Amino acid sequence: MLSKEMNRLPIMPVIDHARCDGCGLCVTVCKCGALVLSGNTVAILEVDDCGWCTDCELVCATGALQCPFEIVAPEV
Amino acid sequence: MNITTENLSQLSYFVGVENDRLAGLPSLFNSKSFIKGQTIVSEGDKQENLHFVNTGVVKIYKTSSEGKEQIIKIVRPGESFNDLAVFGGSFCPYSAQALGNTTIIYWIHKNDLLPVMEKNWRIVRNALEILSEQARLLLALVEDLSFKNVTGRVAKILLQNATPGPEGYQRLTQYEMAAMAGTAREVVGRSLKNLEDSGAISLERHRIVIKDRSYLDRLAGLN
Repeated sequence: MLSKEMNRLPIMPVIDHARCDGCGLCVTVCKCGALVLSGNTVAILEVDDCGWCTDCELVCATGALQCPFEIVAPEV
Repeated sequence: MNITTENLSQLSYFVGVENDRLAGLPSLFNSKSFIKGQTIVSEGDKQENLHFVNTGVVKIYKTSSEGKEQIIKIVRPGESFNDLAVFGGSFCPYSAQALGNTTIIYWIHKNDLLPVMEKNWRIVRNALEILSEQARLLLALVEDLSFKNVTGRVAKILLQNATPGPEGYQRLTQYEMAAMAGTAREVVGRSLKNLEDSGAISLERHRIVIKDRSYLDRLAGLN
């Protein structure tokens, strides 16, 4: 479950810098350019065309990158 | 592309092998760069090359006759694929696609690899460990897909987390759902797709919207 701090972040994938080993695999699979290598870790840019494909989360071996889904049940 | 013994020492089959024993190996390898989305091998291909990811990342998957995809494994730098066809059968049992922008693949033909293995027990031991791990992974996937009602469990998780709290809606990653359902992330991804195809949910970017609560209730065994 995500922390309160993560819930307040803009709606982009979330990076846990303590876990990120800077391998850059997520950067290579990102289709929209939202992920960039910055020093020994990955930075996330706010972009309009992130389609939440979750490929970055899928390839991350350390679990540093997360693409959480809000679970929404509209009132009937 | 120039392949060195240092490159090879990073590959899973050659970890721990003395450098001088790798000296003749680079000339037996080929390499090629693939772009994102490009197919490297296709299921059913006669393919007797053992492939290794040098840079980038590769998706291993099977596709049903209806076009549904099941991810088997994500292969990262240093790891191999097509081992099963190399050591038996010759035909690739799955497809492999480059996920990374520039995915560089090394490969060696089985006719070149087997004589090298015959002379080096460490490579054989590495291969046995890798094949055992792959068998374990596939057995876990068989168990998940055959014996567990993963879609029902995912339906239950969605229902249980669909109530907004003081800070808004619950947010869960597919890894978290997988851990809660006792399965692999790849199986959760497939279950969410199945639920979307059946109209029970819709995937709207970072939101999973519940469309048919009673259907999810039935799947989850809640009514």
